[in-house]
Amino acid sequence: MKKKTAYLGVMLALALICSYVEVLIPIPIGIPGIKLGLANIVIVFALYSMGIKEALVLSIMRVTISGFMFGNVIAIAYSLAGGLLSLLVMYLLKKTDKLSCISISIAGGIFHNIGQMIIATILVDNYYVLYYVPVLMIAGFITGACIGVVAQEVFLRIGKQMRVR
Amino acid sequence: MYKRFGKNDCIFIGFLALFCVLVCVWVYKGGAVTGSFVTVTVDGKEVGTYSLLEEQTITIGEGEHVNIIEIKGGKAYMISASCPDQLCVNQNEICYDKQSIICLPNKVVVTVTSDNESDVDIIIR
Repeated sequence: MKKKTAYLGVMLALALICSYVEVLIPIPIGIPGIKLGLANIVIVFALYSMGIKEALVLSIMRVTISGFMFGNVIAIAYSLAGGLLSLLVMYLLKKTDKLSCISISIAGGIFHNIGQMIIATILVDNYYVLYYVPVLMIAGFITGACIGVVAQEVFLRIGKQMRVR
Repeated sequence: MYKRFGKNDCIFIGFLALFCVLVCVWVYKGGAVTGSFVTVTVDGKEVGTYSLLEEQTITIGEGEHVNIIEIKGGKAYMISASCPDQLCVNQNEICYDKQSIICLPNKVVVTVTSDNESDVDIIIR
């Protein structure tokens, strides 16, 4: 139990550092809302090595803290909606036990952006926001694939040590 | 032994890619049409429609939430905004029908509209 608490703390710190690093990397494509989502490496890794509960706690804490540090309340709402939806999808897909980390992460990336679009549609009250959906879905596909490859390699190397109950 | 990438993954990713392509086709069907107006809405309410043909600078909102839109050469740009993230200012210019610039913190949406579908040029991208 103590060990798990310590690991969760380390992972949360890592996720926050990833969020910070991400702010420093500009992506010059002129489309809002596209980010690498480096912190999701940690979330996907936690989902694989520890479990859904730990990943959920990490995701919520990460979004809230990084939101207060680098963003604002609206940013928290977006990230939370995206994070929770993608985590739900990834958990359900992982339960089938047929897919590798990469596919699950790609689905997570796409649904992360879909969750954000749902909140955007509600907040802005204008369905033209939906014109961004394809762009964001493709972006989610690409970033999800990158995140999945990294998370999978990390999990294969140090995943066993993190399996503490 | 844990498999890095299997047959199931290929099928699953193929389906996801197909899904993305279908959504793209569905949303962007009919090609891009140059619009002649921009409509500005704040918090879902329309505040004005401006011609894309006239060169002008439009100031939306007052006090803390201000967005300044510039129309030049048939294209609309967001040149300044009071929002913290500045995502709307970094967006590309818009000129095709239904393209939009969205400033989420200020809830400002700038959308290109066209008045008459029959006498506009069709641009195939």
